[in-house]
Formats: sequence, structure tokens, C-alpha cells
Amino acid sequence: MSGLHSRGKTWFDALTSRAGGEQGGPVRAADAPLGGERARFIAVVPDPLNRFVRARDNVVGLEQGWHLARAVREALEADRDATHKRPLIAIVDVKSQAYGRREELLGIHLACAGAVDAYASARLAGHPVIALIVGPAMSGAYLAHGYQANRIIALDAPGTTVHAMGKEAAARVTRRSVEGLEALGDTVLPMSYKMSAYAKLGLLHELIDGVDADAPAAADIERVRASLIAAVADARSGPRDLSNRLASADAKRTRAASIEARRRLAEQWDQDPDQDRDAT
Amino acid sequence: MSAHDVFIARHSFIELTARERARALLDPGTFRELLGPFDRLESPWLAMQNVVCQSDDGVVIARGALGGEPAVIAAIEPAFQGGSIGEVSGTKIAAALELAAREFDAGRTIRPVILFETGGVRLQEANLGLAVIAEIHAAIVALRRHVPVVGVIGGMVGCFGGMSLAAALCTELVMTRQARLGMNGPEVIEEEAGIGELDSGDRRLIWSMIGGEERVAVGLADTLVEDDTGEVRDAVLAAFGRGVPASHRSEQVERQLERLARVNPDAIDPESLRALWQGDAR
Repeated sequence: MSGLHSRGKTWFDALTSRAGGEQGGPVRAADAPLGGERARFIAVVPDPLNRFVRARDNVVGLEQGWHLARAVREALEADRDATHKRPLIAIVDVKSQAYGRREELLGIHLACAGAVDAYASARLAGHPVIALIVGPAMSGAYLAHGYQANRIIALDAPGTTVHAMGKEAAARVTRRSVEGLEALGDTVLPMSYKMSAYAKLGLLHELIDGVDADAPAAADIERVRASLIAAVADARSGPRDLSNRLASADAKRTRAASIEARRRLAEQWDQDPDQDRDAT
Repeated sequence: MSAHDVFIARHSFIELTARERARALLDPGTFRELLGPFDRLESPWLAMQNVVCQSDDGVVIARGALGGEPAVIAAIEPAFQGGSIGEVSGTKIAAALELAAREFDAGRTIRPVILFETGGVRLQEANLGLAVIAEIHAAIVALRRHVPVVGVIGGMVGCFGGMSLAAALCTELVMTRQARLGMNGPEVIEEEAGIGELDSGDRRLIWSMIGGEERVAVGLADTLVEDDTGEVRDAVLAAFGRGVPASHRSEQVERQLERLARVNPDAIDPESLRALWQGDAR
């Protein structure tokens, strides 16, 4: 469909030099060169003819979840015996999970978990998994496509945002105006819809500004490619879990409660249980 | 026993608090709470929004024994903020699972159980709630390689949002008839897609779609139990007895796609789905 414009597709085509050709369906996946090796790029794109009518936008529905899992597991399988595992680049432009009656009945939660499982398994197997946020990264859709990455990179551009709930819906649920909700985000960081605030949570590896997210020039693409290459190298040099998300100066400030909870739970973990029994 | 006596002999699981549920499932006398209320680790974000905090942030972590083996239970308290996951409550679950994985690295074993009762992300902690749920997912996938991670959905809140993915990542899921498991709550679907898509007030329809009985019948959960603490405990022990499967439900990509391919979206309802999917769960 010629009218199909999506940032996910734009960046997928740009970074793969259209190596995937003209694929159909809601999930695009292709291997393409990245810094002297081959990486697998994966994107969710609008699918106007999808047989599930609630899953025709750039959302993660039943088929999207499982096709993401398949795209990741193909790489996992192909590199099973390789010491050098190919990077997986999740290009994130997902406005939500699919909201629908059929989706719930047929287990959209499992389809999204299938994608989570695949990305997490790839990361644990030693694949550098990098999320590149080029549009909205919303809620369950972001959990399924991006949030299991070793490193997360985002464009700081109009339209990129990370959140648990859309702004309008969140305003309704919290009985605030959209303006009131935006003001709240300036004081309560995790409530903010701004990427600059999200960066302060310590979850981002890099926030790239000055890039045209809708129509990237060649220089923009090269800049993002360079960031991806650096993130892959950084991921390879670190542990395979998500512990780096708590390691930055920002995380130490903003996620002090997370760090404290982990520290104290570990402290109490190994107490001699007999002592407790005597105390009660 | 007569039907009446059986009913009277039951000890409701649903009516228990998170702390009581964990205590009831563990072997008698072995319950030891970690990061309990007296540690006063509260949400740093709720007070900023004039919401009253709870000194355990709505999650109980307990160590003890289960069937004579070391165990850890993460139990979500439905009565605090609808069991919603905030930075601290979610971190407690993720950290407990990470510490459990370390037991295996050290050559020991432990049985991990999650008692779900949650609407998902706590909206007042939005992005950190979402982030810690991703950490819970990561921890389940890592731990599951060593030991079954067993989930229980008791009811009446059920299990929704990003935590429904956590439930789906569990090795086995135990549900009561009263429990529901879904990604988007019925109210959210009605709000997003209109009442023509789903009437969130139609309780019979909701439970027929996402209630424990249907979920077990179509292979999206494993064991259906009555609202009885003894039955829940037996089902959890049986799940550990079966051990780590060759593949987990969330790994079975081709099988699940094949199941999905058999569905005609224009003519599917809870009853016809049972006919279509029953018996090919695993």
C-alpha cells in the first residue's frame, strides 16, 4: 500500500538499505550490515489488511507478538553454535498493544510474552539486543518489542515518547486535564511524556537529538548507525542481564528506591531461618 | 463427605491477604518475610501525588519451605492500589526472582511462586512501573531455566496489563474460577474501542472469555482449582513435581501460530474456541 507511512518502516528501510525487499505483513525483519558484521533489524509496521481488525495500525497484536518472536528465534537458532552472535536491533514505533475482544479471548498476553521471551532468551544467549526508539514506545507494546534490550537508544524528536498509558486516557483515568498531566510530569519524573525526563530514569543508553525522525537525511542515518554500533560494542562488554539500567548516575539518583530495595532484600535473604523461628 | 461438608471444609484462598496467602501456602512454621512493613520501604512517588503509602508497598516477599524444599513466594496484595506495580513493589518481585536464580548459581535450589493479583502498572509511577515489569519478565525467563516458576491467580482482581505477560512467562499457571487473566482490562477495551467491541459491564461474557475455567480449557493456564487454600497448595506442589518442561508455552512460536491460524476472527467466541483449541494445549 503506497499510503503506508510509518517511522518504523522508514527507519527499517533506511538502516537495512531495503535489504528486506518489499515484505508484507505487520512485522519486518532483515539482516543487514552494521559496523563490519551483520545485524538483524526488526520493526512493527501498520498492516491495513490484517485479518484482526483491531491490529491494523502500528500496534502489537496476536500475530505481531508471535511474528516478532519468530524473527528473533530464527537468529537465535542460526547462531546457536556461533561464538559471535549477531546483534538484534528492535526498531520501536508502537503506539499500543491491540485493544479488542478477540485479542483477549485468543491470548494476546501470551503472544506478547512470546516476543518478550524471545528477546530475553536472545540477550541471555549473548546476542546484543538494542532497542532504537523512533516513535511511540507505549505500554505493553514496548514490553513486547524493545524493553528486553541490553541497551536502549532513543531519538529526541517530536512524537517519540515512552509511557504506560496514552496521554488522553491517562488524563481521563487520573481525572486531570492533559495540561495538568503534563505539568505533573515536570515534578514527578516517571509520569512525564518527554524523552528528556525518561532519560533521567537511567534506562536509556543514549538520547540522540537533532535527527529528523520522519524523513532522515543520509547524515541522520549515519549518526544513528554509529550510535547502534557503539551500543552493540557496549552491550558485548557488559553482563547479559538488565543490571546496567541501575548503574548510571541518573539511575542512582532517580531509582534510589530500586537500588535500596535490592540491597536490603539481598541482605535479608540469607538470614538463618532458625533465628527467625526462635524470635517469633 | 457430602457436597455440603466439602463446601464447609474449604478454606478460601481469595479472602486471604497477600501475607496470609503466602503463609498458608508455605509449610507450617517456615514463613519468614523479607523487606516487611517494619522495613518501611515505601513508594517515593505516591506521596508526591498525595496518595497514602503502604509500608510494604503492596508486595509480600516470603521465604520458607514448600513440600520440604526451600521456597520464595512473591505475593501481591490486591487491597493496596488494586495490586498495581510501582517502582518498589515491582522491584521486590524482580529482586526476589534474581536472588532465587543466584541460589542455583551457588549450587542450591529454591522453589519460586508468584501470587498475581494486579491491574498492571501503577499509573502514578507510570514509566517506572513499566520498567520494573520488564525487569520481572527478564528475571522469570532467566530463572525458569533452572526451576519451574509457578504462578497463581487467585481473584478477585485478576491479572492484567504488563503482569499478564509475566503470568504467561511462568512455567505453570494455577487459576481459580473467579480469577481472570487478560492483557487489557475490560474497561480499557470499552474505553479504547467502544461498547460495541466489549461491554465491560457484562460479567458473564467477561468471565466466559478470560476467566480461569476458559483459560485452562483452551490451554492458556494449566490447573483450575476451587477457591480453597489446600487445593491451591496441592496444585503448586504438583507443578513443581513436574519439573522444567522441554519448552515453555511462551517459547512455542510455531505451535501457537498454528493454533491462531485455525481461528476465523469473524466467527469466534469462548465456546467455539474450546472446541477448536481444547486438548492441544501442550
